[in-house]
Amino acid sequence: MNYGFANIYWRDMIRFVRFRTMLISSLLQPALWLAFFGIAMSSSFDSLMSGMPVPPGAHAVRYLTFMAAGIIAMTTLFTSLFGGMIILFDKNWGLMREILASPMPRDHVIIGIGLSGVTKSFIQAIIIMVFGILIGAGFFVGFSAVQITIAVVGILAFVAIFALGFLFLSAGIAVSMETPEGMQGIMTLLTMPIFFASNALYPLDAFPEFLKVLSTFNPMTLLINGIRYFAIGDDFVALGKHYVYTTSDILLSFSGLIVFALIMYAFARWRFNKAVVT
Amino acid sequence: MAAEPLTEKEAIITVENLEYAYGDFKAVDGISFTVKKGEIFSFLGPNGAGKSTAINVLITLLALQKGKASVAGYDVTKDPQKVRESIGIVFQEITLDRDMTVWEILEFHGKLYSMPRTERRERIEELLTLVQLESKRDVRTKNLSGGMKRRLEIARGLMTRPIVLFLDEPTIGLDPQTRMRMWDYIKNVNKEGTTIFLTTHYMDEADQLSDQISIIDNGKIIISGTSWQLKNTLGQDIIYLETSDNDAAVQLLRTLPSVKDITKKPRGFLVSVHKDGTKVLPNIIEALRQSNISIDTVNLKKPSMDDVFVHYTGKEIRDDQPGKNGFISLRPGGS
Repeated sequence: MNYGFANIYWRDMIRFVRFRTMLISSLLQPALWLAFFGIAMSSSFDSLMSGMPVPPGAHAVRYLTFMAAGIIAMTTLFTSLFGGMIILFDKNWGLMREILASPMPRDHVIIGIGLSGVTKSFIQAIIIMVFGILIGAGFFVGFSAVQITIAVVGILAFVAIFALGFLFLSAGIAVSMETPEGMQGIMTLLTMPIFFASNALYPLDAFPEFLKVLSTFNPMTLLINGIRYFAIGDDFVALGKHYVYTTSDILLSFSGLIVFALIMYAFARWRFNKAVVT
Repeated sequence: MAAEPLTEKEAIITVENLEYAYGDFKAVDGISFTVKKGEIFSFLGPNGAGKSTAINVLITLLALQKGKASVAGYDVTKDPQKVRESIGIVFQEITLDRDMTVWEILEFHGKLYSMPRTERRERIEELLTLVQLESKRDVRTKNLSGGMKRRLEIARGLMTRPIVLFLDEPTIGLDPQTRMRMWDYIKNVNKEGTTIFLTTHYMDEADQLSDQISIIDNGKIIISGTSWQLKNTLGQDIIYLETSDNDAAVQLLRTLPSVKDITKKPRGFLVSVHKDGTKVLPNIIEALRQSNISIDTVNLKKPSMDDVFVHYTGKEIRDDQPGKNGFISLRPGGS
């Protein structure tokens, strides 16, 4: 058994901890989103929605609660999409030649980068959950300790698979690119539609039909379904819309993410096997 | 999977009719050579001659296109994994992570090659001593000098006790003093039994270090041999002359029996001679004087690798062009 991926993981975590500014900003950024965007939007939306009727059995949640789930997803998306950047730097200025000329199988690079990216996303997701609850997001309301534990594990499982998918994508792109500027461009191009064509900040219902279809299959939407199910519950009202999640809905979302991650893994493998670095 | 067994002094690298092209451009154009066990073998040639491309095929970073190549008894196409396990590499560009420490760089490398922990840790200590970086153990590589970085890379190349160590332009960009110290390290490593394959565009480097030199230009090997053999092909001594009429002088001197060959230079010409130059020089001066050609400058020297190179390629080695071997060269195949 080759533990090459553990080596890649170790090295990437060294960098994560060592780059203080990157570390701190990656932890602060989601908190700032929540604090500024979240509180501002929440205060205006909540007053608009205050008179809406709530169906029996469901409970109304504040906008802050609704979008906090979206912020976890957004942060995971950004961190993961840029998680492969190290490969591009390694290719141009660092260890990629050494790694590719070594006997270690190339998929270990992909897996190592994936695991370190997931670790970073876990840290961020937990920070957002804690900070969100502190400023008033209604996560895990009325849950017992056991229920909270299950919910957190569930959220992290969703975050992990989603993060892996985008880390694989990012790694596959990075190993094919020549310049950080080019990579930055592609990433910016990708984040926009993925983030806004999802249910992170608003419900999908009002979307035009084709966008609705697109958004339903968006991995971002699948992730957010999972987070809301575990953090808020299976029956709630937000922004005037009644959300009901069944267990099969959630299993379907999770399976969707797994399929997405597998496809991205295949893509990354293909790109890595084709990569020539001299 | 079966490799041919290696016997003493047997070829450790064998290359036959190797060709490599980037599109239409043939970077390596049908080269063949062998490197024997325990040797220091040099590829000497200008930037862009095809040295790095050839090395990249041998270390399996580039897929072999045409020809045959085996390293340490393993075919680079059939057994790339075995080749990788048998070699150490120091790349042309610095390939260190600026934010990892010296120790971490070596530890990472050892893990990359699945070295067991105890062996890995022991080897790191040995190598830090060998390249005199013990005191820099916990320093991040960005804070090392150019020479220290190179030494660290050599140590890294040696981590796995490779059979062959590939050094691609190991002293590029280093100051003369540091270069000479690097040569000492390389010689020491060789003495311990590691075969060394080196590329360089520095004549003196090839001259000082190598048992065997192949001069390569435009993707072809022009001549191979020991440094002594190569210089001897030029004759015993070389006389440099600048005269009032160089063309006439060259014509005249070509008729002298002791003159072996003449190479023109911008302001004068080089005469290589068969016999001891100090004996031939008076004859040359006399011959020129009789033809009323006055001599402005005269210089007698033993042939250097420069002279060998100029003689066989018809040009002086081109010096580093900025960016060509630069840190951020993204072009395929640095040279």
